[in-house]
Amino acid sequence: MTALRPDLAVIAANVAEGARVLDVGCGDGALMAALRDSRHVDARGLEIDPGNVAAAVARGLSVVQGDADTDLAGYPDASFDYAILSQTLQTTMRPHVVLDHLLRIGRRAFVSFPNFAHWRVRASLLWGGRMPVTRLLPVPWYDTPNIHHVTIDDFRAFVRERGITVEQAWFLKGDRRTSAAAANFRAEHAVFLLRR
Amino acid sequence: MSDERFGLRRRALLAGPLALDGGASLPAVEIGYETYGTLSPSADNAVLVCHALTGDQYLASDHPVTGKPGWWTRMVGPGKPIDTDRWFVICSNVLGSCMGSSGPASIDPATGQQWGMAFPVITIRDMVRAQALLLDHLGIGRLAAVVGGSMGGMQALSWAATFPERVEAAVVIAATARHSAQNIAFHEVGRQAIMADPKWRNGAYYESGDPPAAGLAVARMAAHITYLSEAGLTAKFGRRLQARPDGQAGAKTFGFDADFQVESYLRHQGLAFTDRFDANSYLYITRALDYFDLAEEHGGMLANAFRDTATRFCIVSFDTDWLYPTAESRVMVQALNAAGARASFVELSSPFGHDAFLLESPELDRVVRGFLTWGRA
Repeated sequence: MTALRPDLAVIAANVAEGARVLDVGCGDGALMAALRDSRHVDARGLEIDPGNVAAAVARGLSVVQGDADTDLAGYPDASFDYAILSQTLQTTMRPHVVLDHLLRIGRRAFVSFPNFAHWRVRASLLWGGRMPVTRLLPVPWYDTPNIHHVTIDDFRAFVRERGITVEQAWFLKGDRRTSAAAANFRAEHAVFLLRR
Repeated sequence: MSDERFGLRRRALLAGPLALDGGASLPAVEIGYETYGTLSPSADNAVLVCHALTGDQYLASDHPVTGKPGWWTRMVGPGKPIDTDRWFVICSNVLGSCMGSSGPASIDPATGQQWGMAFPVITIRDMVRAQALLLDHLGIGRLAAVVGGSMGGMQALSWAATFPERVEAAVVIAATARHSAQNIAFHEVGRQAIMADPKWRNGAYYESGDPPAAGLAVARMAAHITYLSEAGLTAKFGRRLQARPDGQAGAKTFGFDADFQVESYLRHQGLAFTDRFDANSYLYITRALDYFDLAEEHGGMLANAFRDTATRFCIVSFDTDWLYPTAESRVMVQALNAAGARASFVELSSPFGHDAFLLESPELDRVVRGFLTWGRA
């Protein structure tokens, strides 16, 4: 099995054994498969790309093709222990609505996103005057699925304003952890564990 | 092993009575079926494949009337997505049909005559109940999976809702949980075409030896259009003209011959169909489809049909299918999610409309193979 993406590895390591999990934007199901195989998790997925869905179903996962912006409403309240949104928040039309659904459907939610205030991104804008194209944001401005760029400090303010509790947060530079203190400058990725 | 129950071209007379949704009951039912592969000693590798409206049990063997290969040979066989080296596959002719199962063309034991319109109106759930009797006969308690496209998908849904403890997994392809007004409307056109044919004689045409072929052909032509897509028809025929039988290039005749290739094609489809299908069966089966509304059977809430189910579901739709469009599959998926069922859903891309499920689709193959195999890993 190939190694999980670093933010997914953090999530996988922190999901309780045997939990019920909804992975929103599950891609080809890499995290779901890891959770199923290593932690006996009952995982379900939602994914927008049909090729990814077919790949996930072909590996025996329960994945529904759909759009986080429109298809979360049908899931009952508190029907999962965790709802996971990895690297998807910034691609949604209405991130705040998606997050509300996440915290309604899951008792807890993992949210991971690329930090738009990482120093490389800042440097690209400040010195280059160009929209950044980095390892984590590899697609040029006109073609990027990331339509709601967000920084770690934006997200912290956002959850504070909405009265959402941050149970835990992880900040990543490549596959290594970095401290919370300078995370908004130094972290490429953030993973938050939230609850209402 | 020479168990007479297993193999190609089987028939079983199953003791009833089979109580039907319409209130009537059949004293016994005959079911024509085929099996492929070998049933495991613990009978835990059985996969039931359900056929569509005009399909039959000749799933992966040559058709006795047309001589053509079975209707899903690309899906079912050794090494195929539904691998008969691994699965014991059963396909039975639905109740009400005309390829060996009890239907309007069979003999009513009470009169010794063919039933005709005296055959009771049946439902999709009645077809499923008859299949359950067949499974009892074959010694199969629980299905590893039930798989079907179109009306076969509706049977798969009905199986999971009616006998949840007998269905480990269900694959529902290009189907719907209820027939829409548009679906009913197209079927009514077909039924009226049959009934308007003077040879129909209120269904009592068997003795005449002269069935309502013209009416049945028109019914098939109208229905066939709904199985295709506009883009598919345009790609296949466009406005191209049909060459004359004597080899002359096609031309407008300023008459009503089949000038256009699409007309010629539909006429051929209609005519060929009458060689292998009974008009009354067409009436009964389309009626069963029109009555299909799984939510209605469960207090108006589709999710109730799947409450506490342990069955795994795989729902597949095709983007150009306007007969049972993706929106109908989404209704099922929402209900399954609301019921907390283990459900997968994918909309596959194909230019071929509803018929896509019968045609080459590597993505469908991959999904079906993976879904069936992994459940047992």
